[in-house]
Amino acid sequence: MQAVMVGLGSCGIATGGLAVQQRFRELLGPEDEGVTLKETGCIGLCHREVLVEIVEDGRRRTLYGEVTPDRVERIVADHLRGGRAVEDWVVDREGLLAGQKRIVLRNCGEIAPSSIEEYRARGGYLALSQAVTAMTPGEVIETVADSGLRGRGGAGFPTGTKWRLARAAQAGRKFVICNADEGDPGAFMDRSVLEGDPHSVLEGMAIAGYAIGAGEGIVYVRAEYPLAIRRLREAVASARERGLLGPDLFGSGFSFSVRLKEGAGAFVCGEETALIASIEGRRGMPRVRPPFPTEAGLWGFPTCINNVETFANVPWILTHGAGAFRSCGTGNSKGTKVFALAGKIRRGGLVEVPMGTTIDEIVYGIGGGTVSGRPFKAVQMGGPSGGCIPASLGGTPIDYEQITSTGAIMGSGGMVVMDDSTCMVDVARFFLHFTQSESCGKCTFCRIGTKRMLEILERICAGDGKPDDVKTLAELGEQIRASSLCGLGQTAPNPVLTTLRYFHDEYEAHIRDGKCPAKVCLALVEFGIDPDKCTGCGLCVPACDAGAISGRSKEVHRIDVSRCVRCGKCLTVCRSDAVRKG
Amino acid sequence: MSTNAEHAKGAVMPAFGRMLWRHGGEPGMLIPLLQAAQDSYGYIPPLAIEQIAMATGIPASEVYGVITFYRQFRLRPLGQYVIRVCKGTACHVQGAEMIGRTLEEELGIRQGETSEDGLFTYLEVACLGCCSLAPVVMIGEQAYGRLTPQGLRSVLRRFRRKPGRSA
Repeated sequence: MQAVMVGLGSCGIATGGLAVQQRFRELLGPEDEGVTLKETGCIGLCHREVLVEIVEDGRRRTLYGEVTPDRVERIVADHLRGGRAVEDWVVDREGLLAGQKRIVLRNCGEIAPSSIEEYRARGGYLALSQAVTAMTPGEVIETVADSGLRGRGGAGFPTGTKWRLARAAQAGRKFVICNADEGDPGAFMDRSVLEGDPHSVLEGMAIAGYAIGAGEGIVYVRAEYPLAIRRLREAVASARERGLLGPDLFGSGFSFSVRLKEGAGAFVCGEETALIASIEGRRGMPRVRPPFPTEAGLWGFPTCINNVETFANVPWILTHGAGAFRSCGTGNSKGTKVFALAGKIRRGGLVEVPMGTTIDEIVYGIGGGTVSGRPFKAVQMGGPSGGCIPASLGGTPIDYEQITSTGAIMGSGGMVVMDDSTCMVDVARFFLHFTQSESCGKCTFCRIGTKRMLEILERICAGDGKPDDVKTLAELGEQIRASSLCGLGQTAPNPVLTTLRYFHDEYEAHIRDGKCPAKVCLALVEFGIDPDKCTGCGLCVPACDAGAISGRSKEVHRIDVSRCVRCGKCLTVCRSDAVRKG
Repeated sequence: MSTNAEHAKGAVMPAFGRMLWRHGGEPGMLIPLLQAAQDSYGYIPPLAIEQIAMATGIPASEVYGVITFYRQFRLRPLGQYVIRVCKGTACHVQGAEMIGRTLEEELGIRQGETSEDGLFTYLEVACLGCCSLAPVVMIGEQAYGRLTPQGLRSVLRRFRRKPGRSA
């Protein structure tokens, strides 16, 4: 028996996974009896997509990386029919996953996401049956509280405490909401879990429903994640069919139903009160808390909102025990954390590490250092709400409090690695641009304050920085942080404040010396043409609106620096990579 | 598009229409209704706003407020090919800015606009979620990764040359 599993998460599909799957389908004929073609979710090794795994007799596994439709033929001939693995293309799965511990991603890349049988074969829905038949809601809550699980959406609120509050609220109707509105640019953990193992999230939600006394669950999922939505819909339908969701679960009398609500694209809806407003069909604007949603949430009823990753942890905690979860991690941060490792990293992808793992261990050990081989400069954690942690603090362990002490936040799990060709002022400008355009506009400090900060950052990047801009940025940042209503505003200055703290000299270089050390801010670099690379094709001459480029056909061209307006157009037309920034 | 022509005559699209009459009065249905309208027409036409306002009892001005709050909703039809340029962090540090500029130059339009020939619509998106392919652009359902400005130009040329395009 052989199973061919093609990794068809969004990243696998983007890299051409469907064509690979199609090629297998074409090549597998009647003589390949006993070979089944399956699809699976994200294995996590995004840098080696398209990934195909061949599992023999359910045990011996071979993982192939960078599979293209052309390579399929040889895999079928040599491996499936000839019994010899094509060693050149084999990926050292164990080596690449060393240092990781898979709790949340336990099934991702292991099972066919749309198969409820495969999920159950790996112990799925056991935790739910155990909870509703053999435990009281109070016991479930105490187990979760005892495990030390904290919210994985970013803020790290203890899950057990939240459930206790929701349990204590008196009401005829309660809701469980799964926040799958993963909006951080550069983060794709939740999407991968929903695509690769949707049942673990549904099971976690049902357990939460039992614990707090809610009969209705809603998954609020980004509309930009069509595959995750499809897999969730399939999962809900098959769970309902088998009586794992719906009325009277496992004969316990407890009923729980789940429906999907598609978000419409607003970053602020990740904030719980804004999310509720959005489900109710209004503009997604946050409101003052208290009352907290656990007291008065959706339509005024007590509502417990947790993140995708938080829910995916819950069944594991119930089946393995709070102690097993607690044994992994640091003082106040237990279990594991999933990160989307991206940016200038050699081996990017989805990683899950025990809390307490250091940033260096992730960047160098798991990620293999920078892809360029240039020095690792900083890592951005927590997206627009987080900050840039410099390489000098690479020994910082992954732990809610320790990460917060650097000025960044744990966040939902985006981890973007930067090398010395990244300009930190430009990164700060990038995030401010994002938060400024995503500010819902309710609070003055967030709406206007972020706008003013962005203007200053744009000015600095354009070479027009003023001497006291740095001071103004810091002041504005503190005021926005102190005066905004919700998390979006309170954390919006973080990318600026952390870069000011750790990369002050770069701001100074832009403002005082008129230089961008990383050569990213075009207004602050000098353009030139590399004589060794220029072919004299002349494409850049008409592209230059300033008429600054001259040269005869087939001879090396020149840029007249005094006329150059540094628009960068020559950079985008040159086919031989000859335009240099100096 | 024939769907638009039908709509101009005042015909209500089946899926959107069904939803309107069946669920229009239920609380919390405004956003799903807008999503259904956009699915049916490709954008939210003025008539749909009026119909939704009538069915839900929510004033048209408020419906408009919700439409403009969320990035998903469009008040204008899209071009034949929708180009989504990823502006996520990973893409940004890998040069997405240059990709955006190149697109602006090539198509002569800014983000959110449709080219005059109706062929391309250029949209910026927060994150396409395939960060290891950065910088990424998605045209229709197909992702193009590890792009350079030159690479993007040649991709665009291929689309312009496609036979049977209704430019």
